[in-house]
Amino acid sequence: MGISDSFFASRFNITERDLERYLDEALSRGGDYADLYFEYLATSAISMDESIVKSATQGVSLGIGVRVIAGERTGYAYSDDLSPEKILKAAKVAACIAEGPSQVEKTPLQEGPRRNLYPVIVAPTDTAFSDRVELVKRADKCARAYDPRVFQVQATYADNLRHVMVATSDGVLNFDRQPMARLNVRALARQDGGPPQSGHSGGGGRVGLEFFLNEKTPEHFATEAARQAIVQLNAIEAPAGELTVVLGPGWPGILLHEAVGHGLEADFNRKGTSAFSGRIGQQVASPLCTVVDDGTIRNRRGSLNLDDEGSVTQRNVLIENGILRGYLQDKLSSRIMGSPQTGSGRRESYAHIPMPRMTNTFLMPGESDPADIIRSVSKGLYCANFGGGQVDITSGNFVFSASESYLIEDGHLTRPVRNATLIGNGPESMRHVSMVGSNLELDEGMGVCGKEGQSVPVGVGMPTIKIDKMTVGGTA
Amino acid sequence: MRDLAAGIVKQALAAGATGAECTMSEGDEFSANVRMRELETLKEAGSRGVGLRILVGKRTGSAYTSDFSSEGIRLMVRQAMELAEVTTEDPHLGLPDPAELGSLEGDLALYCGEVAQMETPFKIDLAKQAEAAALDADPRISNSEGASCDTNLARHVFANSLGFTGEYRSSNCSLSAVPVACEGESMERDYWFSLARSFAGLEKPADIGRIAAERALRRLGAVKVQTQKVPVVFEPRTARSLLGNIFEAVHGESIYRHASFLAGKLGEKVASEKLTVIDDGTIPGLFGTSPFDDEGVPTRRTVVIERGVLKTYLVNTYTARKLGMKTTGNAARGITGNAGIGHGNLYMERGHKSPEEILKGIPNGFYVTELIGFGINIVTGDYSRGATGLWIRNGELAFPVSEVTIAGNLSNMLQNLEFIGSDLEFRGSTAAPTLCIGEMTVGGR
Repeated sequence: MGISDSFFASRFNITERDLERYLDEALSRGGDYADLYFEYLATSAISMDESIVKSATQGVSLGIGVRVIAGERTGYAYSDDLSPEKILKAAKVAACIAEGPSQVEKTPLQEGPRRNLYPVIVAPTDTAFSDRVELVKRADKCARAYDPRVFQVQATYADNLRHVMVATSDGVLNFDRQPMARLNVRALARQDGGPPQSGHSGGGGRVGLEFFLNEKTPEHFATEAARQAIVQLNAIEAPAGELTVVLGPGWPGILLHEAVGHGLEADFNRKGTSAFSGRIGQQVASPLCTVVDDGTIRNRRGSLNLDDEGSVTQRNVLIENGILRGYLQDKLSSRIMGSPQTGSGRRESYAHIPMPRMTNTFLMPGESDPADIIRSVSKGLYCANFGGGQVDITSGNFVFSASESYLIEDGHLTRPVRNATLIGNGPESMRHVSMVGSNLELDEGMGVCGKEGQSVPVGVGMPTIKIDKMTVGGTA
Repeated sequence: MRDLAAGIVKQALAAGATGAECTMSEGDEFSANVRMRELETLKEAGSRGVGLRILVGKRTGSAYTSDFSSEGIRLMVRQAMELAEVTTEDPHLGLPDPAELGSLEGDLALYCGEVAQMETPFKIDLAKQAEAAALDADPRISNSEGASCDTNLARHVFANSLGFTGEYRSSNCSLSAVPVACEGESMERDYWFSLARSFAGLEKPADIGRIAAERALRRLGAVKVQTQKVPVVFEPRTARSLLGNIFEAVHGESIYRHASFLAGKLGEKVASEKLTVIDDGTIPGLFGTSPFDDEGVPTRRTVVIERGVLKTYLVNTYTARKLGMKTTGNAARGITGNAGIGHGNLYMERGHKSPEEILKGIPNGFYVTELIGFGINIVTGDYSRGATGLWIRNGELAFPVSEVTIAGNLSNMLQNLEFIGSDLEFRGSTAAPTLCIGEMTVGGR
């Protein structure tokens, strides 16, 4: 596909000549590098509450972001109008960051290699609304039928289709079409007029609607949400203090995202403000730990054919057998640090400056039988599901909130416990990983990562692991 | 823009809608970041958007666009109408009663023209001064995540098919600094910021940098304490987050779904009698102020908790009808969709003791300066978060503490509020003074 066949050419008559002209304007005051990010985003959302489809929304936003880099400085401007005058104006504003004559020889635009990690023929956004409404109706019905103690169900479905085009002064011209869909279910259960408890489940990815019909059905998510709410009805107070913790497979991989991933983003490391700064080649985790960030897994929520700077995404080994191997780079950081790019430059939208971000972050499987891991603990906590997490990059302290966990007593799961936050220090906690299971699972596709006010979709994954010591924030 | 919004409402009615609401917003943003005394990022742009929600009898549909051409608007109307066919009839759906519509009179001091006049070099210099003050404060401030000066100008328009049209402008400017302190193996960052409607309202750059540096420095060498139950003091910055939790718990949607530990507690004593919580969207110049809410209902002053007794929930028209109440003027939405619920200036009434007096009475306790994580369950009130702060020993701040949790249940925490400080300050749309909760579990070693 050439630019003439691209979405932006056919819809907005944008030619390669236009792109060259905008890049020239962006570099007219000097500067080492410039790029253009065109985005057209169509979204839809449907929500059901009290068995009523209470809202349905759709819409379009579009725009272009122009960035100019001069040394370590960045100038950025954007426009939600794709007329040449407005784009040139944005390019002029972004150009102001640079002073002096242009120092850079622009490379002619050349289309990058093409591949498709999400070959979705009909994007969910382009399907009949009645088919999508059916998903929330099925979820609502199934969650209510799961157990008579379930008394409230909310099911929400959201999808989007993003067309992007990136053109850079170092010659990259790339296009992508990025579908995304997600279904979420929340259930509340109550027993004999007692206090309610909630359960939540959700997932999706860069998939077509058939994913929800054939692979992960509304009934799958509904059953899971209802099950979690029912489990919580019998939960006791969570323990407080240092304990041995076993994390289940899949979504608990958020541990890696918080404890390791953010601290390895290159922007913090080139500035020396991360707890992992200057530690490449050092042992930062137990030798059982190999942590990977991989943007190339088919149909995953965190996957991208190209990052938001037009670079091809790849599989990056961050920690290998406990040794820190590398950081997640965007173009700016890789230039300044003199490190190879990793395809990790991402942004929320055309109105945002790209920065190093994760894609799908997971721990490679080990050799332990998951059942043996639980059996090896005489007193501890098993966490099966989590809510969100957060990290203080500089100190390395991170938290995540367990939404479904059980006491481990003499090698067996016993009572479910109430929600509690777990806290640790990134490099230190990873050294306490003493067993890694053989059962790697990726999450179901509902992660959203926030950094400096920008949200992007991500994935996580992990096998069952044992951490010898973590602080559990309960009350008992 | 008002005429355009009213015109879109008419277009929707002509297309068969029985009711319509149109929201429009337009904004200009500017941001200058400096780091290690050099300019790092400049960002400047403007954007706008329009959203439409239509009613067809007891069904609804919504759409939005950034394309203001007549073709773009026609498409938006068609898309909203199309969606009304897939939603279900909802008996409580509707626009506000016409008698409830309106807008506050008088100048609410939300917009200051001089913010638009601030020159780029001037704003860069403010950020540089703030960062320099932090870097120069102490040799241990050896690194920085930078300082930034941001300005925003916005215009907000709302129109509905009951004849309401309203419009207001707002301006904001902010200045912040994020220094990093290092000593031995210990590295800590903290921040300080100032937010104002006008440049004149901003704190001095030198003060922002100095306070940020002091905050980062006092965290150096933090230790993890033993697990124990002690009194916990929230400084104003962390106390604000508890107000956020109270807001979620009195949010009309959580109430009708029974998804709040405060559901069904109207008229009951839910907190210590020292606690009074007020939501007031009418205070001139503040950050939660507006002349009307996002359904065209005037904002007002609402006492939510009065001396410990829950007086009302915060609702919009829809949740008011579900709960047999009247709207409290708290409708909020983005550019489109059904109205949700937001707060105006939500604050706790100040108490009589200074923070020093509160600390003085505590032989052994924890003073919380930062909270991380999302471990709050509004359904049950279970509360468990990561915390950083200072240990209180014999009434004084003795040493820094980190990598611990604080846990309890919001319902007990509110009943157990022992002291509310006199140091109330509005630094955003929620404001709380120093608070002391009689006992919480600190999870550590």
